[in-house]
Amino acid sequence: MNELSVDHLLGIKDLTKEDIQLIHKTADQFKEVINRPIKKVPSLRDITIANLFFENSTRTKLSFELAEKRLSADVINFSAAQSSVKKGETLIDTVNNILAMKVDIVVMRHPNPGAGVFLSKHVNARIVNAGDGAHEHPTQALLDSYSIREKLGTLEGKKVVIVGDILHSRVALSNIYCLQKLGAEVMVCGPATLIPTHIKSLGVKVEYNLRKALEWCDVANMLRVQNERMDISYFPSVREYVQQYGVNKELLDSLKKKIVIMHPGPINRGVEITSDVADSDQAIILNQVENGVAVRMAVLYLIASKIQRND
Amino acid sequence: MSQKLLLNAQELDIILHRLACQLIENHNRFEKTALIGLQPRGRFLLNRLSVILQDHYGVKDLKIGLLDITFYRDDFRRGDEPLKANSTDIQFIVEDINVVIVDDVLYTGRSIRAALTALQSFGRPASIELLTLIDRRFSRHLPIQPDYNGRQVDAIGDQKVKVMWNENDGEDAVYLLKNES
Repeated sequence: MNELSVDHLLGIKDLTKEDIQLIHKTADQFKEVINRPIKKVPSLRDITIANLFFENSTRTKLSFELAEKRLSADVINFSAAQSSVKKGETLIDTVNNILAMKVDIVVMRHPNPGAGVFLSKHVNARIVNAGDGAHEHPTQALLDSYSIREKLGTLEGKKVVIVGDILHSRVALSNIYCLQKLGAEVMVCGPATLIPTHIKSLGVKVEYNLRKALEWCDVANMLRVQNERMDISYFPSVREYVQQYGVNKELLDSLKKKIVIMHPGPINRGVEITSDVADSDQAIILNQVENGVAVRMAVLYLIASKIQRND
Repeated sequence: MSQKLLLNAQELDIILHRLACQLIENHNRFEKTALIGLQPRGRFLLNRLSVILQDHYGVKDLKIGLLDITFYRDDFRRGDEPLKANSTDIQFIVEDINVVIVDDVLYTGRSIRAALTALQSFGRPASIELLTLIDRRFSRHLPIQPDYNGRQVDAIGDQKVKVMWNENDGEDAVYLLKNES
């Protein structure tokens, strides 16, 4: 199969296993491209991409923008802070105004879950979801699974634990879908208040004891504690969270095997993981960042290849 | 569909040796020369040539690489079939070296055009030459001609030239395929 089964990338839930494998294989080629002396290919030179960020983002936006530029696409950026959204314009109006300038693909981050799906039904452009509220963040899951595949060779039969704030995390949900589709076993671990009640219905294991979770897994994906999304106190203090759910070097060294440590960033050093863990050879955090560009290039390339040129 | 044999295994072998000798004539010990095969089909021709050069003519430290041109093609989003990328494997910078692009069939010249653009991403070569096994003359869309050529073939329109390699297709041969009408 050389083509995605979907026209938009709204969430991992809509993708098949073959779609994910195609994205990974295409990303292999782009990873080679971005390590050349000249890191650019002309594939998307007649495609215009709008990055619409209705929520703050640094690395995802940079990563998408770099991916777009390395594919030679024309790029326009828009962020809510400096826009008419503040003046009361609706999402559809904002996007249609941008599309009137002949944009082919919209990369959007939005605080409301389902914003991408809504948009894909109402505007005539391909949508790539760069995070919608606490719902999905598909490209993060694709790059996380790509990084695990790169490190361990395959996802099939591997055990991955996602640690931390599962409740507010779109990375967790997309990762669960993605890892399961690729044949990995998934466990979530964190304080009971930050684990959604019905998470078991997704077929994941739940563990409240970090040491037990780490002993079980091959890979630990440490999520950031999202203070900005917390309307109430979910745990008594940061100090207590660190004691219960923070990973430090002593803990890692006391495990029977060497596990892989991942983090989607930005890291709260000393909270989810200590500095010596983040900088150790078990952490693949910077590989994730590098792979992020290659994976996003693959996604944009494959989405764009389905826009038939009609001249 | 009928097929006509253009080259059998023995003829192919003679041509490969001749091409290898022509390369040696121009590139001597290959100190400043790299052979780059175009993916996917140029790989087989490249492998054969490099084996002959090393085993029969004692060329040492031959620089070879594989180039995939998918992301540089001019028919992206134009065809019915989505393009499939292959791997590129060039472990050296092509700055100031003589590059010989190796591909099995030269048809419209568009792949070679894409390869010329793609090569720029690896540096500025001193020169670029083109080696092809089959040159389908009269069907070029661009002003591109081979410097080393196995056999010229007059194939028109819907005819196809199929190059078969023992290691991949089970025999060494070149066929001309035509639609019966």
